[in-house]
Amino acid sequence: MDAVVGTKPKPFRIRGRSYVAFVFSPVVPILDWLAEVDAALRQSPGFFVGKPVVLDLSAVDLSQNAIAQLVANLEQRDLRILGIEGVDATRLTTSMPPLMMGGRQCVIPNNPPPKKTEAKPKAASLLLDTQVRSGQSVVFPEGDITVVGSVSSGAEIVAGGSIHVYGTLRGRAMAGINGNLSARIYSQKIEAELLAIDGYYLTAEQIDATLYHGPTQVWLAGDVVQITPLN
Amino acid sequence: MAKVVVVTSGKGGVGKTTSTAALGAALAQMGEKVVVVDFDVGLRNLDLVLGAERRVVFDFINVVQGIANLSQALIRDKRLENLWLLPASQTRDKDALTEEGVGKIIGELRTRFDWIICDSPAGIERGAMLAMRYADEAVVVSNPEVSSVRDSDRIIGMLDSKTVRAEKGEAVQKHLLITRFDTARAARGEMLTIEDVLDILATPLLGIIPESQDVLRASNVGSPVTLNDANSAPARAYVDAARRLMGATIPMMVPAARKGLMNRLLGRRAA
Repeated sequence: MDAVVGTKPKPFRIRGRSYVAFVFSPVVPILDWLAEVDAALRQSPGFFVGKPVVLDLSAVDLSQNAIAQLVANLEQRDLRILGIEGVDATRLTTSMPPLMMGGRQCVIPNNPPPKKTEAKPKAASLLLDTQVRSGQSVVFPEGDITVVGSVSSGAEIVAGGSIHVYGTLRGRAMAGINGNLSARIYSQKIEAELLAIDGYYLTAEQIDATLYHGPTQVWLAGDVVQITPLN
Repeated sequence: MAKVVVVTSGKGGVGKTTSTAALGAALAQMGEKVVVVDFDVGLRNLDLVLGAERRVVFDFINVVQGIANLSQALIRDKRLENLWLLPASQTRDKDALTEEGVGKIIGELRTRFDWIICDSPAGIERGAMLAMRYADEAVVVSNPEVSSVRDSDRIIGMLDSKTVRAEKGEAVQKHLLITRFDTARAARGEMLTIEDVLDILATPLLGIIPESQDVLRASNVGSPVTLNDANSAPARAYVDAARRLMGATIPMMVPAARKGLMNRLLGRRAA
């Protein structure tokens, strides 16, 4: 079944795009000009590294050999010549950078190279320093949720990681919703309506009466939700 | 500086309208200029509790729609010259209220009164949302039983998120008013105790109104309980609550259980 059903060859697509390049315009004497380039490179080493440079030879009249020499000199200084403009095409050989035309002036902002922005690691915990009221639902699939107040009856806490409640847990708490089997639910005082870890759940009726109102942790042992006192 | 206070609860029948009338009358008796606004469009009751039902001509909706101006719709209380009522419409429903309309009227009332007390309808829908929308403070009315407390908790969450103040990042100051509190029944474990309610709602207490026949008696004669019998236990509790609303510090009185052997026996039998 790998017969090709008369696919027409797709037309070869060419797109136009413009880039900004630095233009160097050498003047005579070339040696002095090269010395100026060296001075500039010493002041800000690495400024031209990896940046395209175009050589504008309209101010000088150089032979084919001289152009080859100049390009070689610049490449010794780690300057890659993208193209050459302002010169008769017959003076360029195929080994030289190509002739360029139709360049337009533009302003290059002389900004210091942007500092590497460190990709901030996404916060893996959510802190709530208020009470979570009935009817409110807090969902944080990225990680842990810490509640400094109480979680009311009828409220819901859903976390990808563990859930920590420093008040009374009266509502529903669902931890490890994205398959995190090691997520746990901690509370100072447990009066929860529903406790779940990665889909395994306990209803209020199934909570051991001796642990009710006390500080506990809820965890998963195999596929059984366990509640043990926190001491 | 006018203050807009919403009296709200979530659950119905806990005493919002009674409390609105009683607190409004108590503030007016202290010389404050007060308007009580009925937001329960379609099920208005505040006019009955204030005994003004036979003088309603124009209502809130008429003012929103521009049929009447505010002065025409406001009804002055016959007993307290500082107390006014803005009645709700009985023939319309809550959809007749718009946020802009309510905002405009509240803004106008702010220029005329010291206290604008909004009697919220039960529920968490449009009527209740609009009643709390422009509030500066809230009196959350709750009975000491689990369903009422849970509904109050829900309302507190909404006060913290759906009001204009909350959206501006300011807080609506919340006060908890526990009504229909029966000390004897709470002691027997038939009701939540004050501590239980405070533990769940974590909101400062404004007052505890004891369960009393005086409340029903006052409603039936169309008088706020604070006016009908100023010496009754609920009236004194409401006056204290009104003073606390004005910023006074008054020690909280937990209503004492009825004394006397006969009363205690009868009370037990009745319960």
